[in-house]
Amino acid sequence: MIKKGSQIVCESLLREGCNVVFGIPGGAILPLYQALPEYPELRHILTRHEQGASLAADGYARVTGKPGVAFATSGPGATNLVTGIASAQMDSVPLVIVTGQVNSWTIGSDAFQETDITGITLPITKHNFLVMDASEIATSIKEAFYIANSGRPGPVLVDIPRDVFMQEVEYEEPGELNLPGYSPNFSGHSGQIRKAANLINKSEKPVIVAGHGVIISKAYDELKALAEKAQIPVITTLLGISCFPEDHVLWTGWPGMHGMAYSSFAIEEADLIIALGMRFDDRITGNPSKFALNSKKIHIDVDPSEIGKNIAVDVPIVGDVKEVLSRMNNHVVDATHPSWLKRIDVLKEDHPSLDIPETSKLLARQVVRDISDETKGDATIVTGVGQHQMWAAQHYRFKKPCTFLTSGGSGTMGYEVPAAMGAQVADPESTVWSIAGDGGFQMTLCELATIAENKLPVKFAILNNGFLGMVRQWQEIFFDSSYVSTAYTGNPDFVRLAEAYGIKGIRVTDKTQVKTAIAEAMDHDGPVLVDFIVEQEENVYPMIPSGMTVFDMIEEPVSEKVTT
Amino acid sequence: MKSSEKHTITALVEDRAGVLNRISSMFRRRGYNISSLAVGKSESPGLSRMTFVVDGDAKTVEMVVKNLHKLVEVIKVSDISEENAVSRELALIRVKCDVASRSEIMQIVDIFRAKIVDVSQDTLIVEVTGNEDKVNSLVDLLGSFGVFEVMRTGTVAMSRGTSFEQDKPVSNPRILENAS
Repeated sequence: MIKKGSQIVCESLLREGCNVVFGIPGGAILPLYQALPEYPELRHILTRHEQGASLAADGYARVTGKPGVAFATSGPGATNLVTGIASAQMDSVPLVIVTGQVNSWTIGSDAFQETDITGITLPITKHNFLVMDASEIATSIKEAFYIANSGRPGPVLVDIPRDVFMQEVEYEEPGELNLPGYSPNFSGHSGQIRKAANLINKSEKPVIVAGHGVIISKAYDELKALAEKAQIPVITTLLGISCFPEDHVLWTGWPGMHGMAYSSFAIEEADLIIALGMRFDDRITGNPSKFALNSKKIHIDVDPSEIGKNIAVDVPIVGDVKEVLSRMNNHVVDATHPSWLKRIDVLKEDHPSLDIPETSKLLARQVVRDISDETKGDATIVTGVGQHQMWAAQHYRFKKPCTFLTSGGSGTMGYEVPAAMGAQVADPESTVWSIAGDGGFQMTLCELATIAENKLPVKFAILNNGFLGMVRQWQEIFFDSSYVSTAYTGNPDFVRLAEAYGIKGIRVTDKTQVKTAIAEAMDHDGPVLVDFIVEQEENVYPMIPSGMTVFDMIEEPVSEKVTT
Repeated sequence: MKSSEKHTITALVEDRAGVLNRISSMFRRRGYNISSLAVGKSESPGLSRMTFVVDGDAKTVEMVVKNLHKLVEVIKVSDISEENAVSRELALIRVKCDVASRSEIMQIVDIFRAKIVDVSQDTLIVEVTGNEDKVNSLVDLLGSFGVFEVMRTGTVAMSRGTSFEQDKPVSNPRILENAS
């Protein structure tokens, strides 16, 4: 059957199970947009900025486990996607991005809105394609989806010139994939798996450090089975949060720069670290040459290039976490580790990192705690980057997988608005709370229009301290409180701003109003923005300064600390 | 093993636009040093073979190999520095040469089993093939006569014996190549 390139794109997307696209049209991609009315099952959400499209696709992908899809036109449309693409690459989030390119015969001539987007995104995509003939579209999109969401997921960009969208070709469904250079290893090496099990069986003080890979491979049951079978404390990474229920007795927080002190100490004191789908990021290791020197390390990851990258490991296993664990658990014998678990309890008592000081002031932490209580841990939490992100991760108690969405690796401020939108589109019935900072929120707030337009009932909690709070905290601690360019003295009235978009706005200035405001926001049918005017100079504790060890940790000054 | 040394890595890659860019971008981004790089068609249509000589310790080289593997268009990677391998490089060297020095240069060229491929009034071009050390030695020796220009291909390498990459021999690789 003869079809246009644009029709082939739509049919290929539908065949891959895609039914939502975030994007903005423009000259080069217009022929693709003009085909959309023929495919009503392909819902297009018109964002207000292309960065919003790529970050919304990211939020959508993390909730559904399917690749998020975004469209943008050539030139600035495509470059505006870049921050979202880089974020997805760092956090292993599957995206398929389709960009329009200038007409094929003008490529290389610096034509209007021409940008070499495959060149630009080469180091920040898992793979990318420039499709120069409509007959290659179907195969390229099939490959893009497969590459994006297999092995270690990541973003794949498909750049298509304007004329190729309009080119008519005989359309055939793509055959078997032919990617001789791409074959992720899922199963793991049997000998290594037995070796790892032996190490676990011999260990007296084991900890599991569960990363994003556990969520990506949906290894929740296998993780729980391992932890319970051998009574191993479970620590998650920041991106691993929500992969293990936080009301479980073996849950032991998350470690690193702003993680719970007892998690970091448990890693330091352990004799065995079982690292699952994580990459020993510098926010966890601090100083890698002094990180957890007392332990042997098992590292299970689907990406061989993560093994031995930051930390030398004793038993590496390349494979899918779920598959490897399900086989390894058969070799793990029941154990109880009573003295080790008792030691963990002592660490928790000695370093109560989650206590909130008793004060009449409105602390940002308290807002998160109240949201956690009011939603009973059932909401999807989306954050930006900075202090509020750390408080959200510390004080919200997660119960269900894929309910904590945050930009971890690339630390993309502004993630909180579009990603919350993507999360709500992915699961319209879920309660989505975007916990935002007043800084990051203003980087992407134009998406409030998209949220209002699509009647997405996202609840925003702006923890408004009038500062780029984390940067201010670094200035306070490392630069003698010299607050250069971190005070936001010209913030808009966020309540009136919300109202301008037709979104309900609530302002909270006092501690006593917090719970009522949260309840009111939840009762409201549509989107709500709550502007919490919080204490301006609250700090995130504990804190391990960059490049340092667990022994350099700064805990909250005792004078301020009162057990609640 | 020495902490930093040269390692030879070969890779079989798809012969497509942008592949070299993808590979060199990976080296640049991760901060790996390429000492030499040679690319050419392989015995199979649509596939090229590359030889990298990389500076670095064993861990760096391991990461280079893993990150090359990760690229979708890279099909096979071999670290052949520890293997019994043949490695060769070709160089053209333009040397200053007058009547007095000509016979001495010709002797040196003979000892190195090199060739003189061009002669002019006061220069000549020497062609030499060998491993990197041999080429270095000849360039050094000719340096005393005055070297105007050195052009080197970079090392290509192949492991000896039977540990090669393809399962079956290709009967007429050049014809296949043209047919693609």
